[in-house]
Amino acid sequence: MAKVRGTIIVDVEKCKGCDLCVVACPTNVIRLAPDVNGKGYHYAYMENPEACTGCVNCAMVCPDSVITVYRLKPSKTEAATA
Amino acid sequence: MEDTITTQDIIKNGELVFEKTSCLTDNVLSYCPGCGHGVAHRITMEVIDEMGIQSETIGIAPVGCSVLAYDFMNIDMQGAAHGRAPAVATGIKRVYPEKYVFTYQGDGDLAAIGTAETIHACNRGENIVIIFINNGIYGMTGGQMAPTTLEGMQTSTSPFGRDVERMGHPLKMTELVATLPGTCFVTRQAVHTPSAVRKAKKAIRKAFENQKENKGLSFIEIVSNCNSGWKMTPVKSNQWMEEHMFPFYPLGDIKDV
Amino acid sequence: MKELRLMKGNEAIAEAAIRCGVDAYYGYPITPQSEVMEYLMSEEPHKRTGMVVLQAESEVASINMVYGAASGGKLAMTSSSSPGISLMSEGISYIAGAELPCLVVNVQRGGPGLGTIQPGQADYFQSTKGGGHGDYRLIVLAPASVQEMADFVELSFELAFKYRNPAMILSDGAIGQMMEKVYLPAQKERLSNEEVEKRHGSWASIGKKPNRERNIITSLALQSEVQEKHNFKLQAKYKQIEETEVRYEELNCEDAEYLLVAYGTSARICQKVVQLGREKGIKIGLLRPITLWPFPSQIINKLANQVKGILSVEMSAGQMIEDVKLAVEGKVKVMHYGRFGGMIPAPDEVLNALEEKLIKNN
Repeated sequence: MAKVRGTIIVDVEKCKGCDLCVVACPTNVIRLAPDVNGKGYHYAYMENPEACTGCVNCAMVCPDSVITVYRLKPSKTEAATA
Repeated sequence: MEDTITTQDIIKNGELVFEKTSCLTDNVLSYCPGCGHGVAHRITMEVIDEMGIQSETIGIAPVGCSVLAYDFMNIDMQGAAHGRAPAVATGIKRVYPEKYVFTYQGDGDLAAIGTAETIHACNRGENIVIIFINNGIYGMTGGQMAPTTLEGMQTSTSPFGRDVERMGHPLKMTELVATLPGTCFVTRQAVHTPSAVRKAKKAIRKAFENQKENKGLSFIEIVSNCNSGWKMTPVKSNQWMEEHMFPFYPLGDIKDV
Repeated sequence: MKELRLMKGNEAIAEAAIRCGVDAYYGYPITPQSEVMEYLMSEEPHKRTGMVVLQAESEVASINMVYGAASGGKLAMTSSSSPGISLMSEGISYIAGAELPCLVVNVQRGGPGLGTIQPGQADYFQSTKGGGHGDYRLIVLAPASVQEMADFVELSFELAFKYRNPAMILSDGAIGQMMEKVYLPAQKERLSNEEVEKRHGSWASIGKKPNRERNIITSLALQSEVQEKHNFKLQAKYKQIEETEVRYEELNCEDAEYLLVAYGTSARICQKVVQLGREKGIKIGLLRPITLWPFPSQIINKLANQVKGILSVEMSAGQMIEDVKLAVEGKVKVMHYGRFGGMIPAPDEVLNALEEKLIKNN
């Protein structure tokens, strides 16, 4: 069954790895990377991208505004897979 | 089937549902990881963006962690001396009554050294917005006791916990200014969860709308964390805030005229 | 057209402010200058010119309100007396650091502490050497008449905006309270917001327009290199002011053998001393600094080549004398005579002091 799909883009170099987005994500999409960015922070990334619904919760709590969110609605999801 | 959809597909065919507002600069915030200041900055600037008032808004930065707020807020700003932001805001608002003026202040700035300026600006009903970040500690100077520090809370100047017998009681500025006739909207919010952020943003929007309608002073307290000062992880500090700060500083509207 | 009136010095400042098109006055009552705000409130300048007059909760708030309005390129002023100026010193330092134009009026009383409500001149150091923290200067004008109280309002704003620097009128309780005739300037219109933006839009914090960068008003620079650079810029400005804006008045200096240096109320008294001395055959001249900073050092240095001794007359224990001595460079003897704590010297006292301290010992 078609569902809403979403994705996030993290500005890796500005991410401070605070973990708040990880906690805020209702579908357990986000983790902190084992790697670090240029400042030594374990930055956020999508561990389970297919579970992202584009709900924006991560971006809401991100203190550094490093997350951009896109969402694809079901009808368009089907169109995209067709 | 759905798994064949890539991130690129979603970006290409989907809609952009969230990006950083252009009313924030591209400078990296100077705040500690997980600090609530960042969200408070963002939602304030989002409101200014959404109301289309960037060119008509003047912000007043305090002294404290947010002393450099003008590096991050993409608007004309003035840096005030410690605690004096409400007086500075009064000064500029009175000569530019048609513009939007707000102060952004921490608890040391607003509730200790600037108590007189805060109370009198509120009491005069200056037609401004005050955004008050309360994390119960002096963050910038290294975690000293603030007027808002909870009873028993450990800080670098109350290392064995705030003893109210000797150090006085935590001050509820927001309840206090709600009693003054000049305030039209007084509320206490938080920015630690997505729903709290949405509510806080609504309150800020309302405050700026009040200013547009010349209704008087809107006062928004945001109870926030200070994970460095509290010596906790950001996630833990938000939990601690819910467990300890919220019972003493309960969220919600206190006054809405 | 100029209008002749009999007024108190404090009232003259207030009326001149309205007529000069000042945008805002923020103040707090203190003797002996409360008439400034009382006059403004009774004149209802919001009806006359749209000028804002607000009684603040303290001098601390007043000066920070001035900071706010000045940040927006508006003509903003406050007035107080000595203890109140001490409270404002924090804000004045920030205003100087942020390079904002404004006017602060100090109608001095005797100190230290709560002191007295009678006139004094013991805030010379505070006004000319700092008062607040950091390396900064105020342009300090010292009126000696009610007429100058009125005239210096416009002059102060002219200089303050020319250099983006706070200006001070350093008066005292005698000139603030005395009544004299005064020619008032014609009414000028306040500048419109559009005109303010045109003139000061390059720096004033009045709302970021899409075609320009943000205008940030601050005195903070966390990086030492930046703060030092800012200080160099301030010092260069101060040097330019010192070279350009010195003002003084000479009385009977051409043939003087003894020189009095005095400002404000002391200078009024010393006019009489010059006359009394000359009646006794002592050729006395008076040099009256009008700007206390920048100080008229060059002319004093020049006169030091001609006179046998210099008496600095002040209603203080001896503050301006330090600048007089620096100017004289040891060429002649420089002595001080002063009364303080609210006392005003009489002409014969000053003449006696001159004879005792400079003539007898020569």
